[in-house]
Amino acid sequence: MFSKILVANRGEIACRVFKTAKAMGIKTVAVYSDADKNALHVQMADEAIHIGAGPAAQSYLVIDKIIEACKQTGAEAVHPGYGFLSERAEFAERLKAENIAFIGPPPKAIEAMGDKITSKKIADEAGVSTVPGHMGLIDDADHAAKIAAEIGYPVMIKASAGGGGKGMRIAWNDSEAREGYDRSKSEAASSFGDDRIFIEKFVVQPRHIEIQVLADSHGNCIYLGERECSIQRRNQKVIEEAPSPFLNEETRKAMGEQSVALAMAVGYTSAGTVEFIVDKDRNFYFLEMNTRLQVEHPVTELITGVDLVEQMIRVANGEKLALSQEDIKLNGWAIESRLYAEDPYRNFLPSIGRLTRYRPPEEGQGEYGTIVRNDTGVFEGGEISMFYDPMIAKLCTWGKNRETAVTAMSHALDAFEVEGIGHNLPFCAAVMKHERFKSGNITTAFIEEEYPDGFEGVAPTDAEVTALAAIAATMKLRDERRNVAPSTTDNKKDYVVVINGQSIPLSVQADDAGYELTLADDGSSHNIGIDYTPGIPLVRAKAGETDYIIKTTPITGGYRLRVQGLDLNVKVYTPRIAELASLMLEKLPPDTSKLLLCPMPGLIVKLNVQEGDKIEEGQALAIVEAMKMENVLRAEKAGIVSKIPVAVGDSLAVDEVIMEFEG
Amino acid sequence: MISETLDQLEAKRAEARLGGGQRRIDAQHAKGKLTARERIDVLFDEGSFEEYDTLKTHRCTDFGMEEQQYYGDGVITGWGKINGRPCYVFSQDFTVFGGSLSETHAEKICKVMDLAVQNRVPIIGLNDSGGARIQEGVASLGGYAEVFWRNAQASGVIPQISVIMGPCAGGAVYSPAMTDFIFMVKDTSYMFVTGPDVVKTVTNEIVTSEELGGASTHTKKSSVADGAFDNDVEALLEVRRLFDMLPQSFDSALPVLPTTDSEDRIEESLDTLIPANPNQPYDMHEVIRKVADEGNFFEIQKDHAGNILCGFIRLNGSTVGVVANQPMVLAGCLDINSSKKAARFVRFCDAFNIPVLTLVDVPGFLPGVGQEHSGIIKHGAKLLFAYAQATVPLVTVITRKAYGGAYDVMASKHIRADVNYAWPTSEIAVMGAKGASEILYRSELGDPDKIAQRTKDYEDRFANPFIAAQRGFIDEVIMPHSTRRRVSRAFEILKGKKVNGPAKKHDNIPL
Repeated sequence: MFSKILVANRGEIACRVFKTAKAMGIKTVAVYSDADKNALHVQMADEAIHIGAGPAAQSYLVIDKIIEACKQTGAEAVHPGYGFLSERAEFAERLKAENIAFIGPPPKAIEAMGDKITSKKIADEAGVSTVPGHMGLIDDADHAAKIAAEIGYPVMIKASAGGGGKGMRIAWNDSEAREGYDRSKSEAASSFGDDRIFIEKFVVQPRHIEIQVLADSHGNCIYLGERECSIQRRNQKVIEEAPSPFLNEETRKAMGEQSVALAMAVGYTSAGTVEFIVDKDRNFYFLEMNTRLQVEHPVTELITGVDLVEQMIRVANGEKLALSQEDIKLNGWAIESRLYAEDPYRNFLPSIGRLTRYRPPEEGQGEYGTIVRNDTGVFEGGEISMFYDPMIAKLCTWGKNRETAVTAMSHALDAFEVEGIGHNLPFCAAVMKHERFKSGNITTAFIEEEYPDGFEGVAPTDAEVTALAAIAATMKLRDERRNVAPSTTDNKKDYVVVINGQSIPLSVQADDAGYELTLADDGSSHNIGIDYTPGIPLVRAKAGETDYIIKTTPITGGYRLRVQGLDLNVKVYTPRIAELASLMLEKLPPDTSKLLLCPMPGLIVKLNVQEGDKIEEGQALAIVEAMKMENVLRAEKAGIVSKIPVAVGDSLAVDEVIMEFEG
Repeated sequence: MISETLDQLEAKRAEARLGGGQRRIDAQHAKGKLTARERIDVLFDEGSFEEYDTLKTHRCTDFGMEEQQYYGDGVITGWGKINGRPCYVFSQDFTVFGGSLSETHAEKICKVMDLAVQNRVPIIGLNDSGGARIQEGVASLGGYAEVFWRNAQASGVIPQISVIMGPCAGGAVYSPAMTDFIFMVKDTSYMFVTGPDVVKTVTNEIVTSEELGGASTHTKKSSVADGAFDNDVEALLEVRRLFDMLPQSFDSALPVLPTTDSEDRIEESLDTLIPANPNQPYDMHEVIRKVADEGNFFEIQKDHAGNILCGFIRLNGSTVGVVANQPMVLAGCLDINSSKKAARFVRFCDAFNIPVLTLVDVPGFLPGVGQEHSGIIKHGAKLLFAYAQATVPLVTVITRKAYGGAYDVMASKHIRADVNYAWPTSEIAVMGAKGASEILYRSELGDPDKIAQRTKDYEDRFANPFIAAQRGFIDEVIMPHSTRRRVSRAFEILKGKKVNGPAKKHDNIPL
């Protein structure tokens, strides 16, 4: 076995590989850029080598620097993780030349599968079902429109070297085909340094289902079931699960066997993933093969009990697979939520910055035999950097069936505290309670169809309103009984809870067993169990038979409660104050002026937008330097930049106009 | 017979409760405002209010005033409890003569003020008044001055809090102005010495009441007010929250809120708060919240002079005032506004024996013609003076920059702070390395490489806390993650601090 391996990656996947390596008694080496000096993966590794500046092109993508790091540390093998150099045949080739093992497939397999056109040809020859499309490169935008029309709209325009949704466009007509070609090409050029583009039929109502394969260098290859990754936003996977709620044993077997055939055909070794599109009649078409460990591999590990990273390391070490196809049994259900630093309320705008609070739920075995697993590369006080993927963590849950896995995920998301940046926790939580998701009737268009205007939060049900009102009132009684000089030692109090536009009169009584709550309207009684310590944001409560894990923040006269995608400001008043509060006039949100004013005397060092640009709320508009500090000014709301009367280098006084907006 | 008298009392009380009548109450509600009595209901614990002078009426006989009598004469006075702790109140009743101040109205306020000082109980004024009762002329003016005099006498004896919940114009502004804190209600309150009409006549400036003296003006620009809230209920609930943190008087103990938040709580994330680039800002609020019990921070003047943060936290349940440079605004420099803001806050804390925690990240005083011509020297001196004559426990933590004179000002050891800590990221120096080397090596300015090397040398030598620690200006260099524990323990050992300055009548702060 190797004595030391290097991970040519960062973030959660580097940490993930280190974990297995440590368990196998292998020493670990991290590489890091300037931006990652304090990153978790650097802290976790036995050794860490600095490899350059923040931008990946100057660090994680520089093969020479990785090889130099191996030589410096004596690492015998390199795990590439995903992204970066993981699917660069040249990288595997170079390592081989240096006599360093590559923990991944042979360069030839990477090359063959890395090119979407070649891979489709090979798949076709290996007897894998493929999507109708054009088996060649596209020359220009007009050519794109011509080919697209021949295949028949809708079509998918893809970067040959692409992956992860980058460089992909769907076109429904000629002009979209032209535009899609241009945009895919430029994205492909900047993301992969390879701007080759091809086009294929776009399958309507598709599901994205992929097969995990594992092969050794002794001619053995097995498949480890499938993952369904249909919950995607703009082709970026958000929620994945294994198994798929859609496949039957027969389809699973067919897909698995074809995947194995493809792997064998290209002389594949290590872990790999064959992606398929599956239509509503369970016809499946080969999409591409990812010659690396996938982001969403933990769900497969959870249902098969196989540590894929361990298998990859063993295969790279020349070992024979100890597992045969018969050993692979799918056990229970696993779900993964990818937590991104993207603000769902601001059209999923990336939100970089400091994690002022980061408290993931407890990992391991939970209630009802469920399992929580959290793969992460960040920590409280860490930074989500502008240079890399804005992923915060991969939260996975396992249950004996889909329903328990979904419930476990819902609770795990509620127990996950992330503050300081915008993130998609509320969105993932909303999906978990979405009826269509729960039914399993999903396609890759799920998010587009269910949230056509973006995500605007979730409306509470009547039961939730009552339960949360009861919980807030219980918290209030606890707070009032803990005062500087308790105004009341009463263990019973009447309140009116104002929640979601409703006023709910009730009374709370504290006794040894917990809290008894009586609703004034119907006289019904409710038991509230609560685990609440002032100052600790996470409150666990049981209202009737339902468990809630709620993030709470004190606000004037009440609490902000966040749970299951809900975000409510709840007031708990005495009946008299409630009566008086109802006399208060509703205040319209202040009219945010259509001007961007300079908040301080300073120098304009950057204008991020131009006149005529459409802007989103929260978008960076300009940078003003004052007292040698750079201050980013952001849009308060969406609109169009109508005028910029200043230029970079101008010195401005307080309240001078930097920009004017309309719309 | 007896029951008849009782009925008579009940009838009078019922009349008093109606103030200026239902029509005027409705008008008050239509503006989104509560009545004087309703405000007291929100301010005090249920059923704890006891009223005095319910039946008092004015004595004016001019302009037909003898025909217009309302019980209480436009102000409700008495005392009640806020979370169990007593407090005096006067609440002006806009439904009675527009809340205008008569001689008798003033007498009622003076009565509770006198009691408050005598009994060492704080007083809260809820202001909603059209001004002087014009019909009474000089008697009304005399009434104002009686109140003003008492405000000055009470200052430093008991906390005085004003909430402006309607108009407050002319002479009336000077009573709140002399209290410790002024809060306002957005859109329904304003304060000015002369109103828009007079302003227009005299200076030809056309301005609305809101622009001239609304909550936004006074919390952002003028700094007359310490905070503004959306409506009457929110304002009063927040005043309750502040009250919970204040002592009853200068010679009573600080309130203690039992907490399970351990003083040993470690905040690892503070170790990574200071950015690698010294010119990059970070939010000092995070330090305050992570040091404070339960993350609770009551901020004073949060909309004004954002380059310094002032407010109250609790440590081990006991109130502590916090003054902190905020690198997010103007790099956290000291300027006229921030100096005045913090100076007044430190003086309040010192007057009421509230220990002060100072968090320092200050690049210096703000340069500029405007600053110099507006008297930054005298205004900056206010903060220096306030710290230098403070006798409460003073604990200081330098997180990053402590440059130049501003280092001295921000509760340095030299002006008798008790415990001075520094994070390892501190830079205690006369100025930034670049500026310093450009002055020291002026002849080498033409050679950027040389200057860069000089800058680096200066940085290596001074961009750290160790020189200051060698001299004992810093008591200990501490890990950021243990700041809460360090600071809590420092205040614990300083509890018995006793300082006797030289005998004097009173100091002469550079006003």
